[in-house]
Amino acid sequence: MPEHEADGSPHTATPQVADFLRRRREQIAQRWADEPLFRTVFTVSRDEAVEAGKAVVDALAEVADAGRVEDPDAAGFSGVREQLARMGTARSRAGLSVTQVSSELSALWPPVDNLLLADLDQAPPEQVRTCAITLSRLLGTLRLVAMQTALSEGQALIDRQRMQLLEVATPVIKLWDGIVAVPLIGTLDSARSQVVMETLLNSVVEQHARFAILDITGVPTVDSLVAQHLMKTVAAARLMGAECVVSGIRPAIAQTIVHLGLDLGSVLTRASLADALAYCLHQLGTDIVDATPGGANLR
Amino acid sequence: MHTAAGAEARLPIRSDMDLVWVRQHVRQAAALIGFGLVDQTKLVTAASELARNTLVHGGGGQMEAARVSEHGTEGLRLVFTDTGPGIADLDRALSDGYTSGDGLGMGLGGARRLVHDFEVVSSPESGTTVRVTSWVTRPPRPREES
Ligand SMILES: Nc1ncnc2c1ncn2[C@@H]1O[C@H](COP(=O)(O)OP(=O)(O)O)[C@@H](O)[C@H]1O
Ligand SMILES: [Mg+2]
Repeated sequence: MPEHEADGSPHTATPQVADFLRRRREQIAQRWADEPLFRTVFTVSRDEAVEAGKAVVDALAEVADAGRVEDPDAAGFSGVREQLARMGTARSRAGLSVTQVSSELSALWPPVDNLLLADLDQAPPEQVRTCAITLSRLLGTLRLVAMQTALSEGQALIDRQRMQLLEVATPVIKLWDGIVAVPLIGTLDSARSQVVMETLLNSVVEQHARFAILDITGVPTVDSLVAQHLMKTVAAARLMGAECVVSGIRPAIAQTIVHLGLDLGSVLTRASLADALAYCLHQLGTDIVDATPGGANLR
Repeated sequence: MHTAAGAEARLPIRSDMDLVWVRQHVRQAAALIGFGLVDQTKLVTAASELARNTLVHGGGGQMEAARVSEHGTEGLRLVFTDTGPGIADLDRALSDGYTSGDGLGMGLGGARRLVHDFEVVSSPESGTTVRVTSWVTRPPRPREES
């Protein structure tokens, strides 16, 4: 697509448009500085917005020079890509929908178009038309670059957070010789459950654990699928010679489980992580000695 | 976004991720309407079961949430719709432990126990619609006196 743009087709006027952009750089940037997209993002001073606008005009002129007005990957855009992304992200953080951001970007076109028409006041109509078309294509591409960058930033962020949740939210903690614990946080969907089960079973083997505590204080919803995953994990741990204790079932969740009709009878439960640990220690024959004041006195 | 504007919403149910939005919306809407923590948890859990059925058995669909009020009592109504194969034997589907897949078979019957009003309309031609409503139960004494 970019290549046949440069082959001297009579319908493009890229050199004229590039010239126009350089000539009117200051005015275009001044007008853009009053548009919501620039005005609301560059709030420190108006000069800042004007400077940002000039950088975009320069980029457009460079892309026009290269004859690649319809190529979002044109080298000319690389200098402003990050700036455009920041502007787009700032606007969507301010609560604008993708469509609204896109229309703010479209609003950059009319002021430039007006300047172009004023400039070409004396030119033949055919030339005015090709220049206007070239300019509108160029600004269309600019909008595409800005949206692309902003959207891919958003997607990358979501992917990153998802991976982090999968990994970070399933640490296995060695509480005692022979006792490991997993504090579960967030949604236990099937992918998470699989990770939890694998990490837990691995650490049972590595730590020679006889007890594994699954703490669900941080799990907001326990429905039948989550319960099924918990029961599977408990059964698998049992096969490896470890007993599981599920702790942190909050009162509201306990009541809901009862109404739902789930039978966790095969699963050992304790109210808190501390209770679960005390139970496991007791089973291992290592009772906690109550540390009451004076308890350490020698008789 | 779709969860910000109060209780009303129409959410797609097409992926596991959509189930997260469904639960989140129901929790926020229930809190907004004035449900207590236990009733919020019950509603969210019922919604989670029904939305997963919409996704897994119904092949995807949507949930509509609306605030309703009757005789001065506020409630939250959730309607789950799909255009899947329908439920051939509703009594059996509602019975505890019945599953046509590899679930626990507790979702449909359990959801019915977790809400106040429960209604299923299902046919092989039009798919399945499950409509549930729960009402905010207030203590009998007015607030000023306590
Ligand atoms: N939306 C639906 N469309 C078609 N069949 C459904 C739907 N919801 C429930 N069912 C049927 O009812 C059965 C019981 O549902 P449920 O109690 O949630 O158990 P589970 O989902 O664990 O199988 C399902 O196995 C399925 O055959
Ligand atoms: Mg189900």
